[in-house]
Amino acid sequence: MRSGDVLARMVVPSLKLQDLIEEIRGAKTQAQEREVIQKECAQIRASFRDGDPLQRHRQLAKLLYVHMLGYPAHFGQMECLKLIASPRFTDKRVGYLGAMLLLDERHDAHLLITNSIKNDLSQGIQPVQGLALCTLSTMGSAEMCRDLATEVEKLLLQPSPYVRKKAVLTAVHMIRKDPELSSVFLPPCAKLLHERHHGILLGTTTLITELCERNPAALRHFRKVVPQLVQILRTLVTTGYSTEHSICGVSDPFLQVQILRLLRILGRNHEESSEAMNDLLAQVATNTDTSRNAGNAVLLETVLTIMDIHSAAGLRVLAVNILGRFLLNNDKNIRYVALTSLLRLVQSDHNAVQRHRSTVVECLQETDASLSRRALELSLALVNSSNVRAMMQELQAFLESCPPDLRADCASGILLAAERFAPSKRWHIDTILHVLTTAGTHVRDDAVANLTQLIGEAQELHAYSVRRLYSALAEDISQQPLAQVAAWCIGEYGDLLLEGNCEEIEPFRVEEEEVLALLEKLLQSHLSLPATRGYAITALMKLSTRLRGDNNRIRQVVSIYGSCVDIELQQRAVEYNVLFQKYDHMRAAILEKMPLVDRSDSQVVEERKENKAGAQLLEAAAPVPTEPQAAKLLDLLDLLDDTPGHAQHLPPLAPSPGEALVHLLDLPCVPPPPAPIPSLRVFERDGVQLDLSFVRPLETPGLLLVTATTTNSSKEDATHFICQAAVPKSFQMQLQAPSGDTIPAQGGLPVTQLFRILNPNKATLRLKLRLTYNHFGQPVQEIFEVDNLPVETWQ
Amino acid sequence: MQFMLLFSRQGKLRLQKWYVPLSDKEKKKITRELVQTVLARKPKMCSFLEWRDLKIVYKRYASLYFCCAIEDQDNELITLEIIHRYVELLDKYFGSVCELDIIFNFEKAYFILDEFLLGGEVQETSKKNVLKAIEQADLLQEKTDYVSQQEFHWV
Repeated sequence: MRSGDVLARMVVPSLKLQDLIEEIRGAKTQAQEREVIQKECAQIRASFRDGDPLQRHRQLAKLLYVHMLGYPAHFGQMECLKLIASPRFTDKRVGYLGAMLLLDERHDAHLLITNSIKNDLSQGIQPVQGLALCTLSTMGSAEMCRDLATEVEKLLLQPSPYVRKKAVLTAVHMIRKDPELSSVFLPPCAKLLHERHHGILLGTTTLITELCERNPAALRHFRKVVPQLVQILRTLVTTGYSTEHSICGVSDPFLQVQILRLLRILGRNHEESSEAMNDLLAQVATNTDTSRNAGNAVLLETVLTIMDIHSAAGLRVLAVNILGRFLLNNDKNIRYVALTSLLRLVQSDHNAVQRHRSTVVECLQETDASLSRRALELSLALVNSSNVRAMMQELQAFLESCPPDLRADCASGILLAAERFAPSKRWHIDTILHVLTTAGTHVRDDAVANLTQLIGEAQELHAYSVRRLYSALAEDISQQPLAQVAAWCIGEYGDLLLEGNCEEIEPFRVEEEEVLALLEKLLQSHLSLPATRGYAITALMKLSTRLRGDNNRIRQVVSIYGSCVDIELQQRAVEYNVLFQKYDHMRAAILEKMPLVDRSDSQVVEERKENKAGAQLLEAAAPVPTEPQAAKLLDLLDLLDDTPGHAQHLPPLAPSPGEALVHLLDLPCVPPPPAPIPSLRVFERDGVQLDLSFVRPLETPGLLLVTATTTNSSKEDATHFICQAAVPKSFQMQLQAPSGDTIPAQGGLPVTQLFRILNPNKATLRLKLRLTYNHFGQPVQEIFEVDNLPVETWQ
Repeated sequence: MQFMLLFSRQGKLRLQKWYVPLSDKEKKKITRELVQTVLARKPKMCSFLEWRDLKIVYKRYASLYFCCAIEDQDNELITLEIIHRYVELLDKYFGSVCELDIIFNFEKAYFILDEFLLGGEVQETSKKNVLKAIEQADLLQEKTDYVSQQEFHWV
């Protein structure tokens, strides 16, 4: 090795940042890039170890670049500390940047910069103080904030506005990290509000907002500054034209928005404060330039404030009209916020929003899915008894052409609205039929039960229903919910189908053989779900008493299915066979038309009055199910289950025809219904409550149906809610999917989940639950065993 | 604001400012998912989307996406103004800024952002003041003298 080489190796020229970046960008492959970077990182490491301290900041800058590309840079953490501690501004600038990028409160190392920050804050050099405050407010942990609170407090009194504005916002961060520090930063606010510097005013407004949101006492305290805030905003809007702070003719929209937001918090639920700001809000609402986004941003905030405080009726209408105008704006973003805001208001200010109904309906045609989704939610919320026919037409049309991910929501929404506002039974049946044919696979499981219930109740429409369903089924047997309802109906009312005329439809003749053939086709089709086939075979059986011809065909089919692989079908077929043979004399009685069942109230969504005192909830009258319950295996036993999402009480159950058959065969007389099992509250924490309700279906002795209903009376939503259950080994348990995973605050729609527990040996039931969710920004996990299970659940 | 990301049309990160404490792993995961989601948006779609429990406001300027995550009660429209103001500041500073400027001078992009936003909130609404502050800091950096009022000492 020649001495020249040794020398060359010792004095490795440090790549400049720009050159490194060039080299990395020049790399043709990922592997090449990695090589360049690894080489450079080795060089950087060496330089950190024993290189020139004056070059340290350059080395760190390179490392930070590499870090942004996703490469590890933890070995630079200590270097950040050293650079921050250096007296050179260049070093500090890069060092603090590094600290913000590489250090975070999870590493103990972060505490080491507290001392440097303290020094830098007290040295009186503004750019340096700025760096320190910036870093503190970006990555300062609660501990650091506590240590440095007094320093920051001192800086609030500093003459330089540059430092003061940063100190104020650092205080905001500190309070977020440790709310106890509110007591330190509350007193200076009053004085700071007299500042003229926009940055300080803005920061102070933000600080006061933060204090009020966290502390009701602070909220009461700051109500007294409402007049002052009103004055500041008024000045801004009327005379505060400074080109320095204006955007497109709107004076400092950032400051306006922040003040409006604070006014909202102060005026909420407080008559006096609301009154003090009414005039100003009207002024801002009418005078703000709407041609550009800056003005519209201010208008949006104004509208939100008007709607959230106690404002005069006229002002509220003005606000809603602003949103209505937004809906017509060319700018998609404006239309988006309009739809979102209107959705928030549709419950509390229903009539005002109704005025814009036609515009909302037009928005259904939006190409952007997030807009059309909101338009759908809003449209559904706007349906009422006077506009239901027109609205349903629009929504049905939308259903036919809407993007697939909106289908389920649209279908459920239509069905729910139809239920609430149907002007006539026939219209209702037609509507459901249309939904089932258009979007059959996207409807919720309870749609089948609902429709059969509805048809059953509408005696005068039995003939109409069965004909329409027959025609629909004949056209298409693939839509499962439709097939199930049609099969049921044909089974029940097959005689009406053959009997000739129904006034409301074109007469058509149907032969018995055709009907049987259709049901058989349904039974045999590979498209049919097991549940559908169950319906079909039962319908065939019922027809044995409804039709006039001989029953040989039916008997044949039934006996074939006696050896079907599907247990459910096999059981039915075997039983029906027996019905033909041993119990033929009872057959007619058993297969009689079903009596009407009392419908449970759980179908109707309760109207909730908007609770203004709490967090805003995005509510639509038609709750959108969180998962499209498409084509789930609809075990007939599910008909006994409560519909998810509603029940707080044990509902009376709609018996499926199959189950009624089994029951009657077992016992010659109907036993009295069992006394309902008492519900149990099993969990409560910070307003989140979980209740269990129990049902033991008569027909299946070992089965226990448990509905877990979770409600939330606190001020914040509980999210990502998962409930798991465990039972001893001798039991079999099945959990159905829950109705959702967010439990809305303020007593919003509960989340329900069904467990099915099979306990053939009648062993003592033990049940453990595991709940995980997020609440008030914290993850919660609870595991517990349910005690006090009523003995009726297993005996 | 919870965080701001700048990334190219190929999904390369050009700036990341996090105002909430998250592990490196989480940051990477969020970045990856969000970048994918935003890049999948068609050009005519609106600038807002809901992602996890956050509102995302994004806007494309030439080859760079500016993407902010805000909270439920934050005003989306004013966030668009925040993004625009930042772009204007970069433009003024670099003189007709393009993506390359931000790549090769990423520290400067951070410094400018840090004079405009602090702890996720707007600290200065005057363009003039922000640019003046950066100018002064740059000048200070150029001085070869130590600025400490203490005696100087080697680190």
